[in-house]
Amino acid sequence: MRRLLSFHALLVYLFLYLPILVIVALSFNESRRGVHFTGFTLKWYQGLFQDPRVLEYFLNTLTVALVSTLVSTVLGTLLALGLVRYRFPGKGFLRYLLYVPVVVPDVVMGISLLLLFAFSRELLGFPRLSLLTVILGHITFQMAFVTLVVRSRLLLLDPALEEAARDLGARGFQTFLYVTLPLAWPGVAAGALLALTLSLDDFVVTFFTAGPGATTLPLYIYSSVKLGVSPKVHALSTLIIGLSAFFLALGYALTRRKV
Amino acid sequence: MNEAATPLQRLFRILVTVGPGALWLFLFVLLPTFLVLLASFMSRGPYGELSGPLGFHNYLRLLEAPYLKAFAQSLLLGALTTLLAALLGYPLAFYLAGHPRRDLLLLLLLLPFFTNFLIRVYAWLVLLQREGLVNAFLQAFGLGPLSLYPSFLAVLLASLYTFLPFFVLPVYASVERIDWQLLEAAYDLGARPFRAFLHAVFPQTYPGLFAGSVLVFIPAMGTFVVADLLGAGRVVLIGNLIQQQFGLTRDWAFGAALSVFLMGFVLLSLYFYARLQGERGLEDLV
Repeated sequence: MRRLLSFHALLVYLFLYLPILVIVALSFNESRRGVHFTGFTLKWYQGLFQDPRVLEYFLNTLTVALVSTLVSTVLGTLLALGLVRYRFPGKGFLRYLLYVPVVVPDVVMGISLLLLFAFSRELLGFPRLSLLTVILGHITFQMAFVTLVVRSRLLLLDPALEEAARDLGARGFQTFLYVTLPLAWPGVAAGALLALTLSLDDFVVTFFTAGPGATTLPLYIYSSVKLGVSPKVHALSTLIIGLSAFFLALGYALTRRKV
Repeated sequence: MNEAATPLQRLFRILVTVGPGALWLFLFVLLPTFLVLLASFMSRGPYGELSGPLGFHNYLRLLEAPYLKAFAQSLLLGALTTLLAALLGYPLAFYLAGHPRRDLLLLLLLLPFFTNFLIRVYAWLVLLQREGLVNAFLQAFGLGPLSLYPSFLAVLLASLYTFLPFFVLPVYASVERIDWQLLEAAYDLGARPFRAFLHAVFPQTYPGLFAGSVLVFIPAMGTFVVADLLGAGRVVLIGNLIQQQFGLTRDWAFGAALSVFLMGFVLLSLYFYARLQGERGLEDLV
């Protein structure tokens, strides 16, 4: 039985890794088409680095990811704190609202934001579709995930620790800064890392909310792929795969540090 | 000095913590949802803009044959992806839970999943194209080449590939919590291995099984990118229809109606899930 399970697991991992390995191998392949390896080359990477547009798309992707992660982590952490600590009217409704970005198919999320920006442009004259609208969209789904991650961390904390701080004379903000935040930190870091990954990975919401001049790497990959198989995309993908592996290992190291 | 917060201080703290996030959710989640509903009752103007008259005409159009076919295909894709994910993922979860290096194996399971979504889908295009690896392999045995891309099969494989971890993780969480004493009790009572598993172990994995199914079914049914890249026009899902209305066709009102319809499917699957799992189940989902 155990052997059968091992064999099954082996097949599943093969299924998971074969496509990725093929992409990585092809990125070093001399030949432009086909899977026959005709020789080792770095020319696709060279082509990638010499393309000024790719640098611009990379910077756009990075700007969106960093700004949206920063904002969503702050908003999400505060929201999680409020939801865990306080009772207030409308709390149940707010929690349902929080699940919407998590369960809605991303294409619906994309078109709802597009509609919002279109209506707002019609009535108020802004915003134009640009990097700003992409950032607003990313914050929306990231914040929901950050809140849920931080909330589950806060629920694990012992309320006695905060009470102790208050008994010792700490004011509300001091308690938050010196007791709650450090204790919740692994949750906040994990939430921020998840938000960053979600932003870097997002194609659909970006697709609907980006205007001219706001091309990100996923948008670039999409339009290249629509035109056909391209070795430059293999090179770019290989770099992204390497970076994701790095970030995942980092996140793994962070979440392993338990209280 | 244990000072209790005055009501005013409490209000201030709630406003500072919950306020910004709540405002954001109202502006960027609730308001857009209303706008989609509103738009779904409007019409397409002469220049592709939203205009009057208001009515149910977009919803009536959903009943036309090509749209019904897209719904059927979306549901089929969601169901088949979930089924295959169960076949691959269920035994894997047991294997992982019993493995001494499960942390590392879980990390390896997640790694492909953390590479860009588009790349994961694109990889299947590369594998399945006419001069791709799969056809090269088949030809070595004197078969093919088969036209595997674009096809429903290609969409199904890529969708399975993309959403498989959503199934494995919740089932794995369930398997880790299994009370194995029940299995021993079943053996002691003379049950054979299969029956013992079916009655003592299998029901204990229901929470993970249900959660995994919902988590795979919803995105698989709602996708447009997978069908767009690997179906290349041959596989049209609800998601593709929505994208077309907001893209080239520029009929936002009809696109909004399609979105409301898709959301209906999502809420329905969540409703069934909540019925099976109870309210708490919804929280466990995320």
